[in-house]
Amino acid sequence: MEKPNISYINQLAREDKNIKAELIAVIKLEFPEEKKNYYQSIENKDFRKIEANVHKLKHKISILGLERGYEIANEFEHNLRELDLDRKEDFEEILSAISDYIETI
Amino acid sequence: MNCIIIDDEKLARVIIKTLCKEIDSLIILEEFSNAIEAMKFLNEHKVDLIFLDIHMPNFSGLDFIRSLKNPPKIILTTSDPKFAIEAFEYDFIADYLLKPIQSPRFKKAIEKIEIKTLKDDATKLETSVNKIDIENDFYVNIDRRLIKIDLPSIYLIEAKGDYIKIKTESKDYIVHSTLKKIEDKLPDALFLKIHRSFIINIKKIIDIEDNSVLIQKDVIPVSRSKRPELMKRLDLL
Repeated sequence: MEKPNISYINQLAREDKNIKAELIAVIKLEFPEEKKNYYQSIENKDFRKIEANVHKLKHKISILGLERGYEIANEFEHNLRELDLDRKEDFEEILSAISDYIETI
Repeated sequence: MNCIIIDDEKLARVIIKTLCKEIDSLIILEEFSNAIEAMKFLNEHKVDLIFLDIHMPNFSGLDFIRSLKNPPKIILTTSDPKFAIEAFEYDFIADYLLKPIQSPRFKKAIEKIEIKTLKDDATKLETSVNKIDIENDFYVNIDRRLIKIDLPSIYLIEAKGDYIKIKTESKDYIVHSTLKKIEDKLPDALFLKIHRSFIINIKKIIDIEDNSVLIQKDVIPVSRSKRPELMKRLDLL
């Protein structure tokens, strides 16, 4: 499975340590909250909200360089519109991988 | 360009702010996590460009676009290009950027807007100049006679109590009028009030110093408040 990385953040920050720190801090702040909201929506079986949660998380998945993960999130988002949870497990694996990774940065 | 950012995701806003810092002409006035707050701000501030996320809960970017009365230029930001298609029905949508936004693509979008703005300004100026061609002269009432004065030949108009002195390359005229009245009749593309007592033909300026302009043989003071407008107009020429 592909690993998250901060290549995009490095590219954007252009060696400015403050910008890099700010971007990472925002990811660390927002990601757990968005992940929590996602699981809450799953528990409530609110497909519209799950779709919105996945859409929002998708941006962070792409920022962390997970190209395949982004495709999976796209497919899952599409399935949710059809009230189908196919790809849920794959998507949640990505969330776990990101949770582990952001602990290390 | 004065800009605002509308995106419910803080990370997206921070990324756009970072990208804006790379371009000197962009000034971020404010950022908003929802479009409704931004609408209030737009009613009270002059904004040239909005970075707008389409996919937002409750009041989406598209709802926001539909509600705008005098929209500035908008760059859409989205993770999904198909959401941008509907928005392209609107002329003021300048571009869309796919998230995560890449710096070269961001710069290209801004460049595109700047070129379009320059072209629009040039068209406005051309329209204004054409208008001058049509209305190339006007009449003043001097001693019960209507005398025609060729507008481009006027280089200075000076307030003199209840009268104004109109100076042209060949002759000066004293007319019973006010600077305000004549200012309303003059084409903006050619004339500018640079002081409470002076209107000049900006095409006749020979020299500009800190607080004065040399026009023909007259040195005319420039009010501090009028100086930025004068400099701006000279850029346009």
